[in-house]
Amino acid sequence: MAKDEITKGYRLVGTRPNRPDGLDKVTGRARYGADFSLPGMLWAAVVRSPHAHAKIKRIDASKALALDGVKAVVTRADLPTGLEGEDLNLQENTLAGEKALYDGHAVAAVAATSQLLAQDAARLIEVEYEVLPHVTDVDEAMKPGAPVIREGAADYSVPEGMHPNVVRHMEFGHGDVEAGFAAADIVREGTYKTEATHQGYIEPHACVGQMGEDGRGEMWVCTQGHWYIRRMSAAVLGIEAANLRVTPSEIGGGFGGKTTIFMEPLTLALSKKAGGRPVKLVMSRAEVLRATGPTASASMDVKIGMKKDGTVTAGQVMFRMQGGAFVGMSPIGEALPCAFACYDIPALKHEAVEVLANRPKAAAYRAPGSPMAAFAVESLMDEMCRELHLDPIEVRLKNAAKEGTKSSYGPIYNRIGLVETLEAAKAHPNYAIRLGPNQGRGVASGFWFNHGGETSVSLAIGEDGTVQVSIGTPDIGGSRASIALMTAETIGIPYENVRVNVVETGALGVNEPTHGSRATFASGKAAVEAARQAIAEMCRRAAAEWEIEPEAVEWKDGAAQPAGPNAGKFPPMTIAEIGAKMGGTGGPISGHHETNAGGVGASFGTHVVDVEVDPETGRTTVLRYLVVQDAGTAIHPAYVEGQYQGGAAQGIGWALNEEYVYGSDGRLQNTVFLDYRIPVASDLPMIDTVIVEVPNPGHPYGVRGVGETGITPPLPALAAAIAEATGARLRSLPMSPPKVLAAIKAKRQA
Amino acid sequence: MRYHTPTSFQEASRLAAASGGLLRYLAGGTDVLVQMRAGMVQPDELIDLKHIPGVFDISRTADGGWRIGVAVPGRALGAHEALCRDWPGVVEGMNLVGSTQVQGRATLVGNLCNGSPAADSVPGLVAAGATVTVTGPDSSREMPVEAIPTAPGRTALKKGELISAVTLPPRGPRGGDAYLRFIPRTEMDIAVVGAAVNLTLDGDRIATARVALGAVAPTVLLVEEAAKAIIGSTLDDAALDRLAAASSAAAKPISDKRGTVEFRVDVAGVLARRAAQIAYDRAKGTGK
Repeated sequence: MAKDEITKGYRLVGTRPNRPDGLDKVTGRARYGADFSLPGMLWAAVVRSPHAHAKIKRIDASKALALDGVKAVVTRADLPTGLEGEDLNLQENTLAGEKALYDGHAVAAVAATSQLLAQDAARLIEVEYEVLPHVTDVDEAMKPGAPVIREGAADYSVPEGMHPNVVRHMEFGHGDVEAGFAAADIVREGTYKTEATHQGYIEPHACVGQMGEDGRGEMWVCTQGHWYIRRMSAAVLGIEAANLRVTPSEIGGGFGGKTTIFMEPLTLALSKKAGGRPVKLVMSRAEVLRATGPTASASMDVKIGMKKDGTVTAGQVMFRMQGGAFVGMSPIGEALPCAFACYDIPALKHEAVEVLANRPKAAAYRAPGSPMAAFAVESLMDEMCRELHLDPIEVRLKNAAKEGTKSSYGPIYNRIGLVETLEAAKAHPNYAIRLGPNQGRGVASGFWFNHGGETSVSLAIGEDGTVQVSIGTPDIGGSRASIALMTAETIGIPYENVRVNVVETGALGVNEPTHGSRATFASGKAAVEAARQAIAEMCRRAAAEWEIEPEAVEWKDGAAQPAGPNAGKFPPMTIAEIGAKMGGTGGPISGHHETNAGGVGASFGTHVVDVEVDPETGRTTVLRYLVVQDAGTAIHPAYVEGQYQGGAAQGIGWALNEEYVYGSDGRLQNTVFLDYRIPVASDLPMIDTVIVEVPNPGHPYGVRGVGETGITPPLPALAAAIAEATGARLRSLPMSPPKVLAAIKAKRQA
Repeated sequence: MRYHTPTSFQEASRLAAASGGLLRYLAGGTDVLVQMRAGMVQPDELIDLKHIPGVFDISRTADGGWRIGVAVPGRALGAHEALCRDWPGVVEGMNLVGSTQVQGRATLVGNLCNGSPAADSVPGLVAAGATVTVTGPDSSREMPVEAIPTAPGRTALKKGELISAVTLPPRGPRGGDAYLRFIPRTEMDIAVVGAAVNLTLDGDRIATARVALGAVAPTVLLVEEAAKAIIGSTLDDAALDRLAAASSAAAKPISDKRGTVEFRVDVAGVLARRAAQIAYDRAKGTGK
């Protein structure tokens, strides 16, 4: 195991050992959601609305129930009433009530003795609809005359006179923006649009649920957060949280999209109706694309004032976002604070509205809201840099937020690393490569808050001195390896002697999901605290045997050692020796820590991308791509690089080809990966990474979350690169070949 | 569903003629099985052609052309050196279909009979002047490839008829062909536009040419105006401009999730021009 050059005197932190889940995954042994089965299990299928907006007049399941082998059908009438707020949203999305609100909205579910039979039965369930006018575009949904999706859904924040589809309004800022614009040499405005994109996880949603007549249940599910699944399923079904035990599977990607429920409670409702037989439900890709995820689509106005030297004097944004037909699902509350988070600007005004549309209920997607905000703000910044012939990195350095800067959204930053990422990008060889014809380079920076959150971790010493750590955050990006490294580092034992398990809801206190780039930060921090607790107990055991004060014992290199002049001379007592006799010295030794983890460190990144655009077809080829991001401390650098590359890959897809294509009937046209165009491996160059390490003072090893910032800069960076390559600036995503070619032709004609 | 494994095309044809319900033939299965799994098609009769002798063969015809069995997968075409030397454009079209795994199963005839206007192997076959043998209950007949598709998802085959082989004409000296498609990604995608050009030379001048376009009309188009635009030329810039203009003029596409009318019209001309250059270089022996 080679020590990485970036370790800070650590024995293990900063090295790249083999991943603990690697062998299982490459041999096919790892059990994903759909791999779980039980004896006597039934299969479920879901009936989905083919209409974007329709009244449900009648559901007749009699033909389905008449089939031999069909055991249960559930509709909304089987679920409790009286829910409110997000619980009602979740129930409404699990099964439609009076109205189907989007193409793919679940209307009924059926359980039968085989998957084929369940699918046949689903086709026999007759649903009578009264089709209503629909709207899927965020700007169209606000216009007078747009069909109203939910009457009276707007909250107190919405100014009078807006369309009923506008349901939330938000504004904040500081300084005098008008004075700021007056002080600028140039003031520019632009309107930018981003399409909704799906998280695109390769593993579709899958679960097995079982619930008896007594309302006690179990669930095995692919999720980023099984306590959320428990709480949400319990709310939708009107059962008690403690009566539902949820076990997470190995997970084939989530990216935020698996932090909520979509169909999971249906397995429990069907199981209860089917006499407690377990029920399995696995979504198809078309169901995933029609009815889960995606992120919001956005329409955004930006105005920036800049001096000739690149100093930004004022900024203003107005964002319009839709997150489907459900209130509270668009990330306006994240997009606005992210908009100018990279910069120290004297005057800012932020405003946003959330708009309902006949689209699926949006879910979190990697830095929710930040990529859209960056596309708008960083694109306009780039346009102004080009107009003033200023280097985009120099302008960002001139305006960069630093330690002590009052952030655009209020709090004062502690130690952050944006400047370091900009300096590293400027110094990287990619930034000096000369470009050829039809080639262009784009630069953009990005930000994500990161998150701490509710966390509970247990750790136990084995009889042989090995250590098991029980965590509640499913491993979506290497957190088991990172937590094992930090635990082994803290205790002073080999990495291989620590096994980290993601355990079920019955085994720990409430854990928030793996979201907000928090697992390595928060579960890692709690694991270190739990290890310290176990170390203290092991020191007490040694002290008792040596008959000295516990304070006279110190822990070093995986062993208790007498410390200080009066401790006496005893040979070190290793963790293996302590573990071997702990049964006779006071019983099991464990450590436990629970927290609402504070001390979160924000993460900033800067990307540099080179593209070549075919001027005759508008097709963009990404020639090279550089991600520079502050990791605080990279516990396992290979995983950190993987997160950087993954964020960039998803951002490239969002920027170039991914989009939700709706027909005039409001139906989603591209429900498989053939037409929902995420990048394939051969579309991407090897993505270069530079890990900047500005340790986070709020974490014992300096960790900042690294999972999300990386998807933020690609959108504006690619728009900037394409603008340089073609002379045409695209302000609407995706920058697909037809749009790029049209922009090139328009530029030529102008 | 009933699954049949006939051992001759006549038997397959008789089964098909006698069938009362929805029928599908199974060769590679890369369309049929996917459609069945997606619930798009639930055939009453599934006739597997892979038990018929000769369906996996690639053989020389008496006149120096090629006869290709209906179950020969794309991978086998790509591995056949002599065929690739004669008809690189036909083979590169077929080899663009699907993934490596799909290439192990997918066939020319399946791609043709699926009836997609965007089928990657069809423009190359049309440009090459390929024919298919159509076997019916009573007799067989030869039909040009371009006569098979009649509309998206539809073919000219009558009840009880099926294709029993593909025949490519003799390449002859100083000929070359090429196929290009436009997709926004690098693979695993469907052609937004496809263009195939096949030509022969007399000296440096183009003696004969055939130009076919895919994904710009309900069926693959054989564009005679585009061929006329380059016949007699040395493929100079003026000829290429005429070719592009004729190809764009012939394109009658729709706007859909994969591309717009304007884009497809433009790119039809661009790809025809680029494919012609490759075919010309191949004919001269200077191309790859």
